[in-house]
Amino acid sequence: MTKPAGDTFARRLIACLDVRAGRVVKGVNFEGLRDAGDPAALAARYDAEGIDELVVLDITATAEDRLALTRTVSAVSANVFIPLAVGGGIRSVEDAARVIEAGADKVGVNTAALGDPSLVSRIADRFGSQAVIVAIDAKRDGDRFTVCSHAGRTATRRDAVGWAREAESRGAGEILLTSIDADGTLRGFDCALTAAVSDAVGIPVIASGGAGSADHFVEVFTAGRADAALAATIFHDGTCSVRAVKDALRRHGLPVRL
Amino acid sequence: MIALVDYGAGNLASVRKALRACGADVFEPAGPADLDCASAIVLPGVGHFAATASLDERWRAAIRQRLEGGIPFLGICLGMQWLFEGSDEATAVPGLGWLPGRITRLPDRAPGGGRLKVPHAGWNAVRATGPSGVPGLKDGAYFYFTHAYAAPVTDATAATTVYGVPFASAVRRGHVRGVQFHPEKSGAEGLALLGAFVGGGR
Repeated sequence: MTKPAGDTFARRLIACLDVRAGRVVKGVNFEGLRDAGDPAALAARYDAEGIDELVVLDITATAEDRLALTRTVSAVSANVFIPLAVGGGIRSVEDAARVIEAGADKVGVNTAALGDPSLVSRIADRFGSQAVIVAIDAKRDGDRFTVCSHAGRTATRRDAVGWAREAESRGAGEILLTSIDADGTLRGFDCALTAAVSDAVGIPVIASGGAGSADHFVEVFTAGRADAALAATIFHDGTCSVRAVKDALRRHGLPVRL
Repeated sequence: MIALVDYGAGNLASVRKALRACGADVFEPAGPADLDCASAIVLPGVGHFAATASLDERWRAAIRQRLEGGIPFLGICLGMQWLFEGSDEATAVPGLGWLPGRITRLPDRAPGGGRLKVPHAGWNAVRATGPSGVPGLKDGAYFYFTHAYAAPVTDATAATTVYGVPFASAVRRGHVRGVQFHPEKSGAEGLALLGAFVGGGR
């Protein structure tokens, strides 16, 4: 976004906890999972390090894990006083209500919203637009970006820019935009994808996928025109601290919350 | 005992959790009559101004009566906006009118022409202003906001925040306070503000 004079609005950093059966895991290009720790302990660590927001993403779909998710959300939110978004397998207003009751401030919808876009407005009507994030997983196809469903496995006929616009018109409060091509590669965000979607909508866009260094965040907030940026691997591995990213942003004149 | 008023507008659980973390005894009044035993009132809220329509005439009368009696009050987000006369977000729903002015939509262009995303969602700095600040609110501190409508800067403004234009991010008139941001979601700075309210800071 353009930077007005006297701008103090912080560029927002979000840590993502991909959770399976109560544990944080991380994969490469949406596959090849490995254990990365206890969700509540990691959440508390990122909070202490100055992360601005947390996302808990449930990456499995079994009934047992679904029950574990609400326990994980309760545990994560118990001692953390920053915004918490929860996504993964949210198929109904009731699913959304369950994680919000467990302590989530926002819910992310993805595959189910592609199948039935009215889900976005139904959750927004019940909990407000600020509680609805539409998560878009996009894959490059020439100079276009194809939306994929089912954790990136299934290509849809939708284009990321068009779907983001529709999500906004249906009441989404934010877009969480993940580049499937960049995810887990540590080679940087897809700034072209992020800018295309960010320019097309009036709601905040969270860029995700590919963060490997502090400079990558500077790029996505400038060239990519992101409103927020999300990462998992580099924060989990300690490759790059939250503070190091914020220091880099500040050096480039971008406001951050310290 | 702090009365945390539940009118179905969102962030009750997180506000309750944060107040308890500050050592408060919190109860949710079942009806307006329960406000009689409250030592302070917190009115939370997030989402659409129309949700405040649940605060019907009985609630309005009971809250007004306690405010006139000098009870410490904290409105959060919608709970702060409700103190004003009304909002362009839901013109048919009146506010309490304790503070003069109307809630209006944030601009989607900065004065310099730059584009602004609305809602204003994220962390922004507050600047303390006016003769009486809000206890626990540190000048220059960052708080978490999520809103598309905002209160005008008036003589009741205790802090301003700039998002394209300045708006009232905190208000205070004596024992009545309100914050546009979410202290329950603003980390240590937010807990400091809630702690000062719980501790009876003036």
